[in-house]
Amino acid sequence: MSDLFSKFDPLIQQRETLLSTGITDPFNLVMESVESPTVAICNGRRTILLGTYNYMGMTFDPDVVQAGKDALDQFGSGTTGSRVLNGTYQGHKECEAALREFYAMDHAMVFSTGYQANLGIISTVAGKDDYIILDIDSHASIYDGCALGNAQIVPFRHNDIEALEKRLKRLPAEAGKLVVLEGVYSMLGDVAPLDKMVKVAKDHGAMVLVDEAHSMGFIGENGRGVAEAQGVIDQVDFIIGTFSKSVGTVGGFCVSNHPKFEILRLVCRPYVFTASLPPSVVATAATSIRKLMHGSNKRAHLWENSKRLHGGLKKLGFTLGTDEPQSAIIAVIMPDLEKGAAMWEALLHEGLYVNLARPPATPANMTLLRCSLCAEHSAEQVEEILGMFEAAGRSTGCIG
Amino acid sequence: MTDRDQVLAKVKALIEPFNKKGAEVTEATRFAQDLEWDSLTVLDFVANIEDEFDIVITMNQQAEIENVGQLVDAVGQLQG
Repeated sequence: MSDLFSKFDPLIQQRETLLSTGITDPFNLVMESVESPTVAICNGRRTILLGTYNYMGMTFDPDVVQAGKDALDQFGSGTTGSRVLNGTYQGHKECEAALREFYAMDHAMVFSTGYQANLGIISTVAGKDDYIILDIDSHASIYDGCALGNAQIVPFRHNDIEALEKRLKRLPAEAGKLVVLEGVYSMLGDVAPLDKMVKVAKDHGAMVLVDEAHSMGFIGENGRGVAEAQGVIDQVDFIIGTFSKSVGTVGGFCVSNHPKFEILRLVCRPYVFTASLPPSVVATAATSIRKLMHGSNKRAHLWENSKRLHGGLKKLGFTLGTDEPQSAIIAVIMPDLEKGAAMWEALLHEGLYVNLARPPATPANMTLLRCSLCAEHSAEQVEEILGMFEAAGRSTGCIG
Repeated sequence: MTDRDQVLAKVKALIEPFNKKGAEVTEATRFAQDLEWDSLTVLDFVANIEDEFDIVITMNQQAEIENVGQLVDAVGQLQG
């Protein structure tokens, strides 16, 4: 009998080699307790959190927490059902109403995770003879949405407007086309030129889907994302988002102005064939979304944090994913996985948690230490973080 | 030269800049196993092929193409 697990041997070997050096497993960290959006206890040590996507720091907001407690008391711990059967409660409708208001759009559909939102919308909207034209650096959930459906998939070079246009030109004029873009690409924290790309897509008769997971709440005048900031949100057909970043809980959604949008509730399998979010989760999400509408001061402070950390790390001599800060993600590029893991561990010893990201999640086989800032990081914490990077960088030889 | 020979010659020329190992390229040469290309190299190479022949090779079609001969056949079909 052949062992079905033998295909994982190279990865098992790579992990064993890395861990045999005595290094802490970067993919097995446990948060023993969490004090706030920016501080947790890890291995008994007080640790500043700089890798959580908790951009707006809503996880401990008193109104948000109270809404969740009230919903638990009034509606119980779970719905035990699909949205199309017994799993739509008042809270799910209120959450969708909050999203429609937040984005000023006609329709909103809440999924159980952001991953499922991409999986569901992409696989359902694009059929067998349609084309999906997507950025090569798209998130795994976008690729998995393509794999679940059966459309023709056409990738183009990351953020390359000309490459997108060339491919659109060569496709049959009458064919259905969906261009899939992201506002902020989460690995390097860079922003897409949506103003140009959405126009190119529209000029060639394509519908446009933009994943704004990493920009919601933070980028754009009303926190609607990069499409808002670049003035093209009216031309975007579908915006995909998540509750597990700025909103501070879990869940996913799609908002749209398409007049036939509601039919998706009956035909979208990752929406139909799974249980809906628990009442407490949709209650916290709805409360958080409504508070994010008035978050302009927090947005301004988060930009200050991002600029300070980016400038400080650059000055220390680290190589960063972008020349200028473009989002709340700052990616520090490491020479290889060994050095990256050593630096990650040294930072943890200093009392700082960042994400260690490595292939296949990263572009161009890069190893990254990915930092995501929070509006609740104080200016003092950002200085403390820079001090930790300096100490860890010197002790591991990452900087001179 | 037949049309197919011309396509083969152009494909071989476009492989060369990515043929880091200097492997001999025939119709039986496989992109993943023999040339050891990773996904980024494939993207760049496919983009060059698409530009040269003014076609689009979808990822669905790429999944069926393992070697140089199969690519030449696919290019011929896509050019129609």
